Amino acid sequence: MKILVCISNVPDTTSKINFIEGDKEFDRKGIQFIINPNDEFGLTRAIWFQQKQGANVTVVSVGNASCEPTLRKCLAIGADRAFRVDLEPSDGFQVAQQLQAHCQNENYNLIIAGRESIDYNGSMVPGMLSALLGLNFVTNCVALEITENKAQASREIDGGIETISCGLPLVIGAQKGLVEEKDLIIPNMRGIMQARQKPLKVIPPTTSETRSEVIHYEKPAPRGEVKLVEANNLDQLIDLLQNEAKVI
Amino acid sequence: MAVLIYAESEKNLLKKSAFELASYGRAIADKKECDLIAVVFNLKDPSTLSEYGVNEVISFEDPTLSAFKAHEYGVHLTSTAQEMDVDLVVLSSSADAKYLAPILSVSLMAGYASNVVALPESYAPLTVNRTCYSNKAFNTTILNNEINIIGLSNNTFGAHKKSTPLNVKSGEISPSSGSFKIEKVEKVTGKVTIADADIVISGGRGLKGPENWHLIEDLADVLGAATACSKPVSDMGWRPHSEHVGQTGKPVATNLYIAVGVSGAIQHLAGINASKVKVVINNDPEAPFFKAADYGIVGDAFEVVPALIEKLKDLQNS
Ligand SMILES: Cc1cc2nc3c(=O)[nH]c(=O)nc-3n(C[C@H](O)[C@H](O)[C@H](O)COP(=O)(O)OP(=O)(O)OC[C@H]3O[C@@H](n4cnc5c(N)ncnc54)[C@H](O)[C@@H]3O)c2cc1C
Repeated sequence: MKILVCISNVPDTTSKINFIEGDKEFDRKGIQFIINPNDEFGLTRAIWFQQKQGANVTVVSVGNASCEPTLRKCLAIGADRAFRVDLEPSDGFQVAQQLQAHCQNENYNLIIAGRESIDYNGSMVPGMLSALLGLNFVTNCVALEITENKAQASREIDGGIETISCGLPLVIGAQKGLVEEKDLIIPNMRGIMQARQKPLKVIPPTTSETRSEVIHYEKPAPRGEVKLVEANNLDQLIDLLQNEAKVI
Repeated sequence: MAVLIYAESEKNLLKKSAFELASYGRAIADKKECDLIAVVFNLKDPSTLSEYGVNEVISFEDPTLSAFKAHEYGVHLTSTAQEMDVDLVVLSSSADAKYLAPILSVSLMAGYASNVVALPESYAPLTVNRTCYSNKAFNTTILNNEINIIGLSNNTFGAHKKSTPLNVKSGEISPSSGSFKIEKVEKVTGKVTIADADIVISGGRGLKGPENWHLIEDLADVLGAATACSKPVSDMGWRPHSEHVGQTGKPVATNLYIAVGVSGAIQHLAGINASKVKVVINNDPEAPFFKAADYGIVGDAFEVVPALIEKLKDLQNS
């Protein structure tokens, strides 16, 4: 089984977000970049398939050289090889098209991408990629088993879980639940050393289009002070919620 | 030119988000002076949509469409959009809609912006405001395509009545193909889901253990609210993953979010920030949540919550 995991390089979850160039660009200064958490859940499941079912795991990222440390980390976690498509993408559609071009030469049985990135939050890449490739697709994927040429996948729906069966190849949008937090792999020294020897190939982008353009960023307006209510004066809280906030 | 919404329904009833989408779509259709079309699947009576500004319904009825299937629903939405000269599709932010949108954007060759929080800023080119960086920021996005898709954040626009004469047509069913099969659906019944709730009650590690969750559940019951939790609470298995909210869990955008024994870590706040009114109950006055909340009580959850439940019950009975 050949698995591809699509990796997005995103600001660490604790990052304070700031913008520069007249609020047109994200300020990368002092920001630590990490594997997008949803992608990491997917990668961890892929490594499980590698260890238990002999799968081969490739990771790919569309981005400039600054995402290479994140790809190296994926190799240290256990991926067998990495590709970087040398393009700083402007939107999710462009990423999906670049990935489509890569997948067309590779015959992956399973393609995993995070259900959304924590920076753009587009929820675009896995679904668009599946549609561009004409493959089955399950997003918000919280469980995945593969036997022979068949997949059983569970999808989190509003208020429950739906279980699907389908043939391969399959694209999934990964999220928490696919593996548990405790299953996440922290690379050890040996993994880090091995990762240096593993192939990380830079491939040129193909022609692609963008369908959206971000022209401006803004941070939420600073909020007012919290109104404190005494613990023994709950009538006041109820009154505020009823008559001031009008939410109950 | 026309605006199309996918009006979601369950068990023959329109979802709350359908009315919000209709209202949002109507506001745009008025601006563009065009029709507002709703597509529904296996819904017997779509007539209430006319109270929220929909003037045309395309109704697809077929046993193969009884459960949501992104690919099949996408095929029918695509054919409708193409036949009716639609240039803007509006979807909700439900799990199903977010599943469908990227597929639809490929089949319609459309641009797509998710998490949109307001009416478009302008229409030529289509310019929308959306959240990004997990609710830590907003961006302004231009969708300069012949067809575009807006994913509207739930609970941002609200439902507004506006009566419109309605024309209902049945749509032509395309046969489905492929190996994709829904094996089973497990749904919690009789419980408000985080996605649909007006009020969410969230519990954190401060509740000490799963045996104390009756506090959260009872408070949720009196308020008709959904229950949620912080990440460590679901990681420790105190609560199911589906209740984990925050940057790496579910986003929450309700009218009222009450956090009990939650410290207010940046990743937690990111996911719930879009909620309109936030209340924190925490015994540590230094907890960061107090900086993000509208109302706060410094106190012991084990005393405050039972007292609050009693007071709310009294209020309901009076
Ligand atoms: C990559 C990454 C992603 C993350 N994503 C998320 C996410 O999506 N969602 C999320 O929630 N977290 C997330 N976290 C975790 C986050 O950093 C915090 O660790 C977590 O939110 C803390 O959960 P908590 O508030 O329940 O627990 P704690 O931080 O332990 O807080 C417990 C609170 O309860 C209060 N308390 C204790 N006893 C009582 C009492 N008797 N009455 C009232 N209050 C009491 C304490 O004062 C304290 O403030 C993420 C972390 C990382 C590294």
